[in-house]
Amino acid sequence: MTKILEVTDVSKAYGGVKANEDISLSIDQGSIVGLIGPNGSGKTTLFNSIVGAHPIDKGSIKFNNEELSTLTVDQISRRGLLRTFQQTKIYGQMTCMMNMKISKKLTGKFSDMFQTIPKEVEEEAEQILSFVGLYQKRNLRAGELSFGQQKLLELAMALINAPKMLILDEPTAGINPTLINGIVDRLIKVNKKYNITLFVIEHNMRVIMNLAQKIYCMAYGRILAEGKPEEIKNDKKVIDAYLGAAH
Amino acid sequence: MFADFDKKELTGLAFLLFLGISTPYLFSGYRIQMAELFLFMVYASTWNIQGGKMGYNTFGNIVFFGVGMYVCASTQIAVAFPLGEWTAAGGYKTFVHTPQQYFLGIPLGILLAGIVPAIIALIIGSALLVLRGHYFAIGTLGLGIASGEFATSLEIIGGGQGMTVPFWPKVAGLPHAFLGGGVNFFFTLSFLLFLAVFFFLRWLYKTRFGLILTAIRDNEDKAESMGIPTMHYKVTGWVFSAFFMGIAGGIFGNINGYIEPTEVAFAGATVGVFMVLMTILGGKGTLWGPIIGAFIFQLFKEFFWTYFLGWQLVALGALIIGIIIFFPEGIMGMLRQKYPALFGEVVDEEARLAQVTINTDD
Amino acid sequence: MILLQAPFLNLQALLDGLMVGAIFAFVAYGMALVWGVMNIINIVQGEFVILGGYITFTFYKMGLSPFIGIPFSFLLLFCLGFLIYRTIIFRVVSRDMFISILATFGISIVVQQLMNIGFGSQVETANSGLGTSFLFDGNITLSHIKIFSFIVCLLGASAVIYFMKTSKLGRAIRATAQNARAARILGVDTEKVYCYTYAINAAICGLAGSLVAMTYTLHPYIGLPYTVRSFMIVIVAGLGNFPAVLASGLGLGTIEEFSAYTLGQEYRIGFVFLMLVLILVYRSRKLAKKREYLK
Repeated sequence: MTKILEVTDVSKAYGGVKANEDISLSIDQGSIVGLIGPNGSGKTTLFNSIVGAHPIDKGSIKFNNEELSTLTVDQISRRGLLRTFQQTKIYGQMTCMMNMKISKKLTGKFSDMFQTIPKEVEEEAEQILSFVGLYQKRNLRAGELSFGQQKLLELAMALINAPKMLILDEPTAGINPTLINGIVDRLIKVNKKYNITLFVIEHNMRVIMNLAQKIYCMAYGRILAEGKPEEIKNDKKVIDAYLGAAH
Repeated sequence: MFADFDKKELTGLAFLLFLGISTPYLFSGYRIQMAELFLFMVYASTWNIQGGKMGYNTFGNIVFFGVGMYVCASTQIAVAFPLGEWTAAGGYKTFVHTPQQYFLGIPLGILLAGIVPAIIALIIGSALLVLRGHYFAIGTLGLGIASGEFATSLEIIGGGQGMTVPFWPKVAGLPHAFLGGGVNFFFTLSFLLFLAVFFFLRWLYKTRFGLILTAIRDNEDKAESMGIPTMHYKVTGWVFSAFFMGIAGGIFGNINGYIEPTEVAFAGATVGVFMVLMTILGGKGTLWGPIIGAFIFQLFKEFFWTYFLGWQLVALGALIIGIIIFFPEGIMGMLRQKYPALFGEVVDEEARLAQVTINTDD
Repeated sequence: MILLQAPFLNLQALLDGLMVGAIFAFVAYGMALVWGVMNIINIVQGEFVILGGYITFTFYKMGLSPFIGIPFSFLLLFCLGFLIYRTIIFRVVSRDMFISILATFGISIVVQQLMNIGFGSQVETANSGLGTSFLFDGNITLSHIKIFSFIVCLLGASAVIYFMKTSKLGRAIRATAQNARAARILGVDTEKVYCYTYAINAAICGLAGSLVAMTYTLHPYIGLPYTVRSFMIVIVAGLGNFPAVLASGLGLGTIEEFSAYTLGQEYRIGFVFLMLVLILVYRSRKLAKKREYLK
């Protein structure tokens, strides 16, 4: 199994706080990997480090064997590594369809800038919007969607960008239970059908145990445990971390 | 290209075409005001690329205007006479251009008036467009004023006294008679410039470029994390604005007859503010907003300058305050609220009412 | 370079720079107050200063000592600030910052033009009659009014800081600056806080202006450079503490004086605006290394 993402000894400190310390992990191509841990354990910081939102203090991050830590956010995204945000980010003033159209991956030629967006892109957007269940809302202003619908739109926008790997920050946070199942189903489909590797931060244990093949648990800026969901579920260190036993 | 015009656009365009073509004959007393009007539309439309579409409020586009003005005039002069001598000796009163020199200078001047500011935008773009929000606004304000001060110190272009532009050659039997003299010529140029800007932007906004500008406005971080090389778009947009503003400056310099660094060329306090105001008045971020805003603003301006002379800038300041407070969405914004279907949007009333808005004003 | 060969010129520039810098710092502190409390960049700041100067100048023109004008400049500008808040500013407080920049810009045009109409466009100054000292055999000139204004600025700033720390209104202002919504929940009348903050800032400008009238010159159009200087100082020093603002103000004043001596007075204003651009670009470059940007 090829490793699509390899994080080695990554550390990042914020104003005196060691948000990430010597983090090492690896993700196999085509798998679904979960990242759990109590609040403040440094999960989002790690995601930010991986996608280039801030420079890291030390360590290496390799995506398809290419070093990411010296690249900018847009460069990393163009290499097929996308992320969704804890606080959903979409283009609020534009319609859903327009959100989709501009999320289509560019070929990198200068003339891309001035291309009139072709019909095929619109059709593909419609297809993906149907997949996430937002076809009816395609001409609605994105800012007027409900919270859950915005999360789905964000997912759809990532899909039309044809990523190789998707990093999702709490994809089911704040979503009502019926919609959660819908999201989980779609994530599994996305992984199997489009062969997109998923790396997911989750607090909902039921969701992540069903979704992930491998789980990392973080606490206090470090990797506490890793393993299959069954192992993690019963790992004493993990349970202690969540229940706040002495560090 | 004309196939996708809707009725309202065609009406508006026809009206403007009428104004442009008939003014030298029907409104010959107002040629200069009409030329100003079309130039206003250019100022507002190009400002809109940054301010309206992209969300980068700039007070610095006046730099391109001023540079274009000086470059054009200097080129027109320099094809015949040394620039330094011209400015030192009273300009066209002392040196007279032959028609050949004059008509060589104009296209060359206009061309350079577009190219030089565009190159400047290319160079300073990646440094300045890193700034966001109010830092960009105030930073470009500083740039605009610093340019004016700098120009005041350059003796070769006349320093604080400014310089005069070559006068339209008085030779019968040449294009002079055909084109009706200098005013007609430059009026037509400003009209043509407006048309060029209009059709260019109309096309541009329909391409991916236009959509990405709006994406940058709505959520620049998201755009970057979706792989969009935002700086390329920001700089290219500025280069476009610089090109057209430079040419506009060149044309205006000729209409005005003389160029002065802080009041005419790098006129941050007038033109620099007008372009912002007109766009907001008409509606930021739309194609026709700046055009409508420029039209209404020119009416206001002529009114103020005629009846409030002495107090016209006070009235202008009051107008700014009034528009900002009561009318920030502009005319197009108002229309968009009332008739969203016109803009290709669907409003789901239920969904909108169901949204709970938390008043975040801290 | 001439500066290296003339130690007295250096000293003169330094002294002049510190003294004008104190005024810059004082005005910047007012701007920081308004910015921190209501998130508004007050573009009309410079015009408030000049207006305060003109008020003091009027007393001078009537034949009285300009010192009498100082409290009037302070109080009248306080009232003006109050009035402007209640009529215009309150409408733009909760909105997009660019709206407030444009609104205050509009007000600055109005004030500027009214001053032009009312006081004329010639350069004015009010002679304080305090005299000058000459040190080092006349190589260094130290006008007493400059020393006076330096002291007044420091005292004034200290008074405002003391007021902020001890008075009820002052504490309400600081609470609102930290978290307006929380302050409101706890019963603070934030509208009142905003209003008084804006008025206090105007009063600060008025006081600074009266000093400017006596120490330097007045002209209807030199407001904007004061606004820009305040903005620069606030960017460099941050919104939090006065010592940083003071240091930045003094630094800016000194740099300006040195540039005036080397490049010439006529380049002074252009230099100020150019510095603004350079500071902004430099700060954003530094942040860009951390993949952040100026907020």
